[in-house]
This record gives sequence, structure tokens and C-alpha cells, in this order.
Amino acid sequence: MGALDVATIKRDFPILAREIKGKRLVYLDSASSSQKPQAVLDAMDECYRNYYANIHRGVYTIAEQATAAYEEARRKVARFVNARETAEVVFVRNATEAVNLVAYTWARANLRSGDAIVLSHMEHHANVVPWQMLAAERGVELRWIPLTAGYRLDTSGLDRLLDGAKLLAISAMSNVLGTINDVAALTSAAHAGGAHVLVDACQYVPHVATDVRAWDADFVAFSAHKMLGPSGIGALWARRDLLEEMPCFLGGGEMIRDVRLDGFTPNDVPWKFEAGTMPIVEAIGFGAAIDYLTAIGMDAVRDHERELTRYTLDALADRFGADLHVYGPHDVDGRGGAVSFLFEGIHAHDISQVLDEDAVCVRAGHHCAKPLMRQLGVPATSRASFYVYNDAADVDALVEALAKAQKFFEI
Amino acid sequence: MPGLEDLYREIILDHYRSPRNRGELPVPPAHKAEGFNPLCGDEVVLYLEIDPGTGTVTDIKIAGQGCSISQASTSMMSAAVKGKTADEVRRLIRAFKALMSIHESKLEGEDGDGSDLAADLEGVRLGDLEALQGVVKFPVRIKCATLAWNTLKQALDEAAAAQA
Repeated sequence: MGALDVATIKRDFPILAREIKGKRLVYLDSASSSQKPQAVLDAMDECYRNYYANIHRGVYTIAEQATAAYEEARRKVARFVNARETAEVVFVRNATEAVNLVAYTWARANLRSGDAIVLSHMEHHANVVPWQMLAAERGVELRWIPLTAGYRLDTSGLDRLLDGAKLLAISAMSNVLGTINDVAALTSAAHAGGAHVLVDACQYVPHVATDVRAWDADFVAFSAHKMLGPSGIGALWARRDLLEEMPCFLGGGEMIRDVRLDGFTPNDVPWKFEAGTMPIVEAIGFGAAIDYLTAIGMDAVRDHERELTRYTLDALADRFGADLHVYGPHDVDGRGGAVSFLFEGIHAHDISQVLDEDAVCVRAGHHCAKPLMRQLGVPATSRASFYVYNDAADVDALVEALAKAQKFFEI
Repeated sequence: MPGLEDLYREIILDHYRSPRNRGELPVPPAHKAEGFNPLCGDEVVLYLEIDPGTGTVTDIKIAGQGCSISQASTSMMSAAVKGKTADEVRRLIRAFKALMSIHESKLEGEDGDGSDLAADLEGVRLGDLEALQGVVKFPVRIKCATLAWNTLKQALDEAAAAQA
């Protein structure tokens, strides 16, 4: 596994030096939220200590510095996903808010009773519930792309599903199955039928070099906290012409150009969607996280995670055979590093509990994807997920802890 | 630091591996209630049959799926309530929640003054259920243990409403 110098990277993450119950912390839950390198902590600390002030308001030195750092972070995000221009990036709280922003503005301005939205069975609740709320309010029809037995989108009926649809809202990478979807092909099919495309890229942007122009998407949502940045900040990338014509979302300070007693004029994009004091320091931390990932190189990140995922799938199969079932594709070229699994006869919650004895952190539950869990016919799975700071030793610790759990429950 | 043996007592694993009173009852006369734990996706489906004359639980059946703690708690609960009156069952629910360090009455003003809790629960025997006490040391698992009991209360409320 030579793509990354993980031993050095691990030292950049203070939390990974921590011991739990006398054991080295083995963090395998980055698909839920990632840990933060010293560089991100330092960038945020530096702002609070040296130049913190509200942005876009004061004319004094530290206000100008804070504003410049905040807008520089936006440029970093824009470059990271290959946006055409910085103004295409709107800062939001997280990917969930990005999807809701589109649902409340673009979708409510453009969809009416009888219109259809196409989703898939592998969507996270963040890309399901905002559309269900719209469907209930407007009488919009929701259509679903099913899955194949190999845990991929079954696109055999895609043209029929897209026929007359106004929007395709689709995950780039499943947070449960790890499946990577062919977004460019889906976008092309959707556009051919006249539908817009929203990409939930929350699991994709942190792990794979992302090019929103190559995707030819209309909206792309992602969160900083899953890509080494702080919680409380994320981004909506959208085509500029769409942002221009979309109605405002939250009203308040900063999102206006002028306010009179009889009304207001909205600010330019992207600020017209950034009402109130934004998470300034979090945006700066987001920028620092992108610097860190860029220095490693996203191709190296992807190569590393592909190798680690292959190592994991092989190790689980070798050690547990048919007792452990992996829910997701086995071809590591078409999947990311979120590995969901179940032991025959042991609930995911119990697995997690036993693993915690060895300071191995995995997620247990429905992963905010209950429609998918129903399709899979399971109430919950365990999920190990990887990032730049994980290595084969972490996977070995997982396998040993799982063997203990298996013995404990005597299956 | 609490250990696994505090949580997974032998009697709990026994109920998990061999759950009691699994099945369904015809509705009506039985009352059906469903409980979900949104945290982990666990579900409990409970069928409760109460004799309208005596107010006694004559039969109970359990369906659903979940972790060892939720399944063991459900199984042990089903064994504990059979033959008890609805009032006795309600007191048992309060006693179990107290065991889980949940004192809802104090917070929500439900069931009158919380200071009466001790008097109210005097003489309530938890028996095997006390094996679940270790769950308190694992706060995220308390919801697993109480799922069945919240569902039971729901079933009792529905039964009472149907009689009224």
C-alpha cells in the first residue's frame, strides 16, 4: 500500500494519538465524519486569535483580513471541484442544507403538481426527505431507480423514469454500499430528457478528484466535516445562471443589496444565499482542509483507499467466509471505502459495542438510508469506512476485534 | 470503565438466543403496538391480550428485530407481564424505567409528584429484569432496553382507550 505515507499522515491528526481503554484509537467512521489535521485546527485558531471579525461589514484591518480569508476559502472550494468561477460556490451548513436550499428555491419555483423527480433506492435521507416534503406540498411525483443484485443502480428503465421528469437527484457515492455511480452518464441521460441534475456528492468529493464540469451537473452538494474540515460548513455548487434565477432562501443581513419599507433587492450570487453571519472560521478551516488534501493529491487519496478497500474485502472474506456478508460491490474500481457488513446472527449494534472494547470505531445502524435498508432486508449494518489516515494495521485491528465479537456471541 | 460483562449478562444472552413468546395474536381481541428505535433501526411489534373482565394480561406475543439488548429486554418483559393486571404492568414499566435511571414523572409531571415514585414502586419485583441494570453504564444502549417497554405502554394505552 504505497500510495500514501500513512505513518506521517497519522501524526498530523492529534486525536489519533489518543488511547481509549489503553488501546490505540482505530477510527473507521470517516464516512460519518472525518477527523481533523493540525493544519485545520491551526488555521481556525489563528483566525480567532489574530484576525477574527465579522465579514463583508467592517472597514478596519482585521475585518478585511477575515473577509479575505473567507472569500479565499470559497476560491479553494471552487478550484477543488473545478468550478467555472468562484461565484458558483455557496457556503451552507452542510450537504443537507445544500439539498434543502435547492428544494426550497429552485424546485419550488419550477415544479408544480404532476411534475416528477427521479431518485434512487440508495439515497441518504438528506436526498430523500426534502423531496418528500416537496412532493407532499406540491403533489410532485417521486420515481425511484432500483438497484441490481450487485448493489449498483439498475439503469435498464432509466429512460422511462426520466421521461417528463424535472429533476434527477442522485448520490455520486453511496454512504452504505460504497457504490460509485456514473454521474456523467446519468447527467447526460437526464439532460437529454430535459431534467436538471442535483448530485449528492457528500461521500464523493472527500475521496475522489471531482470535476463538476465533466459531470455537467446543475447542483452539487457536499460537507466539509467529511473531508477533514470542521462541522457546520458545507458547499452548494450550482451553475451560475441557475443561481441567478433562483429565488432567495433565508432572508436577513448580507443577502440583500438594498432594503426599503416596501421591499428588498437581493445581493449578487453567491451572497444572496448567505443570510446572517456565516460560520466564518469554519469556512477558513474548510479552506485549510482543502489545502491539506490538495498537498496529498486526490489521485493518491483515491489510489490509497482503493487498495485499502481491496485489502479489507479480502481480509474479511479470508477470516470469516460466509459468516460475514458485505453489502456492496466487490469490484474496488467501482466503489469507495465505505464497507457495510453483517455477521449472521449478530446485530450491528452489538458488534460496535464489542469493537469499542478495542477502541475500534465503526458505525452501526441504518446510516440515514432506511429505504435502502428495507431494500436490503436488514434493520441495520455495521460500516467501516476509510480515509487518508487509515492503513492495513487499522484493518487488521478491525478483523481481530470482529473475531472477538464472533467468539463473544458464540455464533 | 465498565466492561462487556456488565452489559451482556448470561441471562441477557440467553433471552437473545432463545427469545420467549415470539409470534402474533389475532387483532382484535388482541391489541397491537409497534415501536421503532430511529437510532439503530430496531423494531418491536407487540400483541397484547387483556381480559376485559379482570383487566389481566392473558397473553402476549412479540415480533420484530433488533440488537441483543432490545431483544432480550423484550423477551424478559413478555415473560414478566403475563398474568399481571394492567395496573400492575404500568407499575412494572415505571419500575423498569427507574432501573434505567429514567424518571420521566419528575420531568414531565406525569403520574403526579415524582417524590411518590419510591412509594409507588414499593413491592414491585423486577426479578430477572435486574440483569439489565448494567445497560445504564452504556447510555446509548438505554434506548435499546426501553424500546419494548415504551411499546408496551402504548399497547396498554390503546387497550384502555378501546375499553373506554
